[in-house]
Amino acid sequence: MSEAKAPGIIRFSGVTKEYPRTGTALAGVSLEIAKGEFVFLTGPSGSGKSTLLKMIYLEERPSHGDVKVSGVLASSARGGDVATLRRKLGIVFQDFRLLEDRTAEQNVSFALEVIGTPRTAIGPKVARALAQVGLASKAASLPRELSGGEQQRVAIARALVNDPFVLIADEPTGNLDERATRGIFQLLREINGAGTAVVMATHDLELIRRSGLRTIELNRGQMVFDSAAEARPAEDNA
Amino acid sequence: MRLAFREAMMGFQRAPLLSALSIITIGFSLFAFGLFGLVALNIRNAVQQVEERVEIRAFLTDGTPVEAAAAAVGDVSGFPEVLKAEFVSKEQALVLAKRELKEFREEFDASVLPASIDVRLKDGYRDPRTVAAVAARLRAYPFVDEVRYGDDWVEKVYRLRNIATVAGIALGLAFAAVSVIIIGATIRMTVLSRAREIAIMRMVGATDSFVRSPFLIEGFTKGILGGLMALFLTWAAHQIISSQLIETQFFDPKLSMLGVAAGALIGALGSALSVGRHLRDV
Repeated sequence: MSEAKAPGIIRFSGVTKEYPRTGTALAGVSLEIAKGEFVFLTGPSGSGKSTLLKMIYLEERPSHGDVKVSGVLASSARGGDVATLRRKLGIVFQDFRLLEDRTAEQNVSFALEVIGTPRTAIGPKVARALAQVGLASKAASLPRELSGGEQQRVAIARALVNDPFVLIADEPTGNLDERATRGIFQLLREINGAGTAVVMATHDLELIRRSGLRTIELNRGQMVFDSAAEARPAEDNA
Repeated sequence: MRLAFREAMMGFQRAPLLSALSIITIGFSLFAFGLFGLVALNIRNAVQQVEERVEIRAFLTDGTPVEAAAAAVGDVSGFPEVLKAEFVSKEQALVLAKRELKEFREEFDASVLPASIDVRLKDGYRDPRTVAAVAARLRAYPFVDEVRYGDDWVEKVYRLRNIATVAGIALGLAFAAVSVIIIGATIRMTVLSRAREIAIMRMVGATDSFVRSPFLIEGFTKGILGGLMALFLTWAAHQIISSQLIETQFFDPKLSMLGVAAGALIGALGSALSVGRHLRDV
C-alpha cells in the first residue's frame, strides 16, 4: 500500500470467518478499498465473496481480525451503529429483492420512509434516483411489469436514493442476459464516475477482463489475487 | 409513528385472509379462555354465596338480661373479624323459625327457642380456624349457653373454595399459555409472510425498533379485534347456557374490558416475541 491514493473507507485486517457447521468461509483476509474505487470481487461459488460483502454491511462479524467501514469497527458496532452505517451504503442483490406489491417508485421511496426521511424530501430524491437509472417513465410500474434488467435498475435506484458512499453489488448481473448485463455494468460505471465506490461480486470473467478495473479473487476463503497489489501471492495457481 | 401505523394497516390490506385467520385464531383462543373464565367466575360466585351464609349463633341462657346481651352485641361488633352482630330475642327467633321451617310452624313455641346473638363474619375471615376462634370468644361470656356454627360445613366450604381457587389458577394459566402459543404461532406466520420486507428495511438502515413497530401495532389491533370476537362468543355462550341450562352470571363491564385488553396485550406480546425471534435468526 505504498501508492498515494484516497484514504481507505473499507479495511479488512486479517479477517477470518468460521461457521460452526460449514467451516471457514474467510481465512485471514486483509484488504483496503479507497473512496471512489471500483472493485470486482470474483472467485468460484463458495469462495467467500458473499461473506466478504456481508461483512462490509455488517450482516456478518469476523471470528478473528477486524473490519472497519467508514470509521465503524465491526467488533464494537452495536445495533444502532449498524443501522446508521447501512444508511450510508447501497446494497444490490442478484435476485433484486423488490416488494412485488409496490410500484418502482414505492420500492425506492420505501428505503427513505423507513429511515425517517421527511416526506417533502422523499419525492424529489426518488424522482432523481429513478431518472439516474433511466426508469423515470416506469415509476408507476409494478416489478412484474418490468424486465429483469429494469427490476435490477429499480433495486439500484433504491440503493442510490440515499447517496451512499459505496455501492455493494452481490452478483447483480447473475440473473440477466448479455445485453442487460452490459446495461447494468454501464450504469454502475456511471455511478462510480460520480464518486460512489462500487464493490461488485461477479463470475463474469469476460466483463472483468474488458474493464481493466481492480479485481480481488477469492478461493476457499483466501484472497489469492489482488490486481492492486504489486505481485500475486506465490500459492496462486489459478 | 405514522408510517408504522400505515404499514400495519397495509399488512391487513395486503394479506386479508391471513389477517382474518389471525383474528379468528386469537378470537377462538381467547374464547376458550373466556369460557373457562365464565365457569370460574360462576363457581367463585356460588362458593361466595355459600360462604356468606357462614354464621355463628351463640344461644343465651334463659333469663339473660337484655342489657347484658346488648352490651355483648356491642362488644362483639367491635371484633375485627365481625361484619355484623345482632341480638335475636326469643320472640324474633320464633318468627324466624316459623318462616324458615314452614312445615313445623304449628310445633314451635316461644318458650322452646332461646334468645341468641347471631354473628356474621367479614369476607376473608370465614375460614374454619377464624370461625372457631370467634366462637370460642363468644363462649367466654357467662350467659352464653351454647355456640353453633356448623364446623363440618364450614370446613367443607373452605376446602371447596381452596380447590376451586387452585384449580382455577392452574387451568387459567394453562389456557392463557395455550392462547399465547397459538397467537404467537399465528403472528409468526404473518412475520414470515413479510420476511422480505423486514430484510429490506434492515438492509437500508431501519432500526430494529422501527422494524418491530408496525408488527406491534398489527398484533395489538388483531388482539383487540380477537378479544372483541371472544367477548361476543362468550356472551353468546352465556346467553345459551342461561336460557337452556342454568342461570349464570356474565363478566361485569370492567372485567370484559380487561379481557379485551388482555387480548391486545397478548397480540402485541406475541408480535414482539415473533419479530424479535425473526430479527435474531436472520
